[in-house]
Amino acid sequence: MTQTASRTWSEIRPARRSAIPEGLWLRCTSCSKMIYRRQLETHLHVCPECGFHYRVGAEERVRQLADEGSFQALFEGLLPADPLKFRDLKAYPDRLKAEQAKTGRSDAVKAGTCFIKGRSVMLVCLDLTFMMGSMGSVVGEVITRAIEKATADNLPLVIVSGSGGARMQEAGLSLMQMAKTSAALARFDDAGGLFISVLTDPTTGGVTASFAMLGDVIIAEPGALVGFAGPRVIQQTIRQELPEGFQRAEFLLRSGLIDAVAPRASLRSEIARLCDYAGKGM
Amino acid sequence: MASFYQLDFEKPVAELERELEESQTRLRMEAKPGEESASPGVADLQARIATLQEKRRTLLSDLYSNLTAWQTVRVARHPARPQTRDYVRMLCKDFQELHGDRRFGDDPAIVTGFCRLGSVKCLLVGHQKGKETSEKISCHFGCAHPEGYRKALRAMKLAEKFGLPIVTLVDTPGAYPGLGAEQRGQAEAIAVNLMEMSRLRTPIVSVVIGEGGSGGALGVAVADRVGMLQFAWYSVISPEGCAAILWKEANEQTNTAAARSLRLTAKDNLDLGIIDHVIAEPTGGAHREPLAAAEALRAWVVSQLDHLRGLPIDELLQKRYERFRRMGAFTEPSEEPPVVEVKPSAATKAV
Repeated sequence: MTQTASRTWSEIRPARRSAIPEGLWLRCTSCSKMIYRRQLETHLHVCPECGFHYRVGAEERVRQLADEGSFQALFEGLLPADPLKFRDLKAYPDRLKAEQAKTGRSDAVKAGTCFIKGRSVMLVCLDLTFMMGSMGSVVGEVITRAIEKATADNLPLVIVSGSGGARMQEAGLSLMQMAKTSAALARFDDAGGLFISVLTDPTTGGVTASFAMLGDVIIAEPGALVGFAGPRVIQQTIRQELPEGFQRAEFLLRSGLIDAVAPRASLRSEIARLCDYAGKGM
Repeated sequence: MASFYQLDFEKPVAELERELEESQTRLRMEAKPGEESASPGVADLQARIATLQEKRRTLLSDLYSNLTAWQTVRVARHPARPQTRDYVRMLCKDFQELHGDRRFGDDPAIVTGFCRLGSVKCLLVGHQKGKETSEKISCHFGCAHPEGYRKALRAMKLAEKFGLPIVTLVDTPGAYPGLGAEQRGQAEAIAVNLMEMSRLRTPIVSVVIGEGGSGGALGVAVADRVGMLQFAWYSVISPEGCAAILWKEANEQTNTAAARSLRLTAKDNLDLGIIDHVIAEPTGGAHREPLAAAEALRAWVVSQLDHLRGLPIDELLQKRYERFRRMGAFTEPSEEPPVVEVKPSAATKAV
C-alpha cells in the first residue's frame, strides 16, 4: 500500500490551514485579504471576507455551539496511558506531556451536556489541537460514555469531529475504539436516539470510519476535508492528480454521503431544528 | 520446494533444504540400479538425510520461535501462505458463494458464501488477496472497496435471518485508498459494518489469517471471539504506513522499529486483550503445511461456534458488547491525581 512516492510529501501537501497567525491584523490564508483579528473571532473564526472556515479547538467549539453558561462538562480528567510502551522518534509519554502542556487538556476530547438554542443535548467535541484530535483509548472511552449517558437520559447526541483518525501510538487499542464507539451507537440507535454528526476540517481515518459517518444526520462545514484515506495516501496509490475539491464537504454532498453543508454560523439553528423534528428528550 | 519463495532470514533453512534435496536425488539414483537396500553408500545417504531433516526441523523451529515483529509481518505476507479461498477448498464442504452488494458491484477482495465446517452450517466471509498476478490485481491485493464491505454485510444479514453463525477470515493490508472507494463511501461502509456487526443476532467468530490492517480488517472482525494465526499481524496501521508518518520514511530499519512499536503480533494482541486466542501454526509457518494450518483453524473455529451457539442470544450480544466495551487503557481521575498542570485558560467554564 505504501510505495515510495516519486515526489516528496512537502511538494504535494496542501497549504497549512490550521492555526490563526498571531497579531492584531492577519492575512487570510485563503483570500489573502487583511482581516482584523477581533473581527475574525466574533465571526466564529470564519473569514468575514471569503467565508473560509478556520480550525477551532474544542473549548472554542463548545463556546460557539452551547447556550452561554449551559455547558456541564462530563468524564473529565481521564488520562491516557502508554500500554504499548510506544516509541517512535519520541516516546509516547513525552509526546503526551508536550501536548498536555501546550493545550492544557489531558486528551483530545471534550464532552458534556448543554443547551443549544434551549434544546438539551449531549455534546462531544474532538480537539484538533491535541495530537490532531486522534482517537486513542481516552477519546474512545469518553465518546462511549457520552453515548451511553445520552442513551440512558434520552438526550440527542451531537458529536463534532475533527481528527486525523485512530491514534497510532495506541495501535491496536485505538483500532478497537472504533468498534467500541460504533457498538455504543448501535444501542443508542436501538433506543431511538437522534445522533447528529458534525464533520469539520479535517476528519479522516478511523474516526470517519466509525462514529463520524454513523450520524442519523451528517452535517459538514464548508470546505472540510472528509475521507477514509488521506489525500497523500490516495495519490501515492493511484499515482495521478486528485480532482479539484476531492474529499471536500461539497464533494461528499454531491456523492450522497452527507445530508448538508452548513456554514458555522448556522450550525446552532440546524441542530436545534433537527432536535425539534427527531429528538425525543427535552 | 525448489522454487519456493524465500524470505531473507530463511536463508540457512534454504541452504539445508538444497543439501537435503541433493542427497535425496543421489539416494534415488544409487538405490535404483542394484535394488539391494543395504549397500553402504545408500545407508550413509539415508543417515545423512535423517540428520539433515532433523537439523532442518530444529533450525526452522528455532527461527520461527524467535521471529521479530517485522519478520512476522513478512511471513504473514508470504505469497504461498494460504488465503481465504485456499481455506475454503481445504475446509468447506458445499461452498455456496454469494456475490454482489446489490448496490454497486461485486468486490472480489471479499469472498462470501454459505458452507459447512465439519457438521456446522455457517456463513463464511473473508478477504482474498489473490495468488496469481491477475487475481491479485482484480482483488486489489486484498484491499476491499465499499462494495466489498456492503456485500459482507448483506451476506451477514442473511446469516442472521436464517440463524446461521458467521465465520470471518481477515487478511488485508487495509481498505482500498482510491478515488472510487472514497466517492462511494469507504468510511461509511466500514462504520456501518462495525455498528451492524455489534448487534447481529447470531454468533460471530473471526480469525486473522494473515494481515489485519486497520479499519479494513476490523470491518469484518467485530465478533464474539477473535483468534489469530500465530504468524499473522493485526494493528491500526501497517508498519510501513506507521514508519512513513512517524519516522518520516519507510525503510528496513524504520519498518522494523514501527513493527515492534505497534505490538502487532498474535501474542502481543493476546496480551493486550484484543484477541482471545492464538492458533498455533505448523513449524515454519502455514505456507509450509497449509493442510495442518487449516486443520488447526477449523478445530478452533468449530469449538468456539459450538460454545457460542449454546448461549442465549441476548447474553451473547451483551458479552459481545462488553468484549469491546472494556478495551482501552487509561487512568481514571480518582485512581491517581492528575499529573497534568492545566493552564488557567480564558475558557468559558461550566456553571
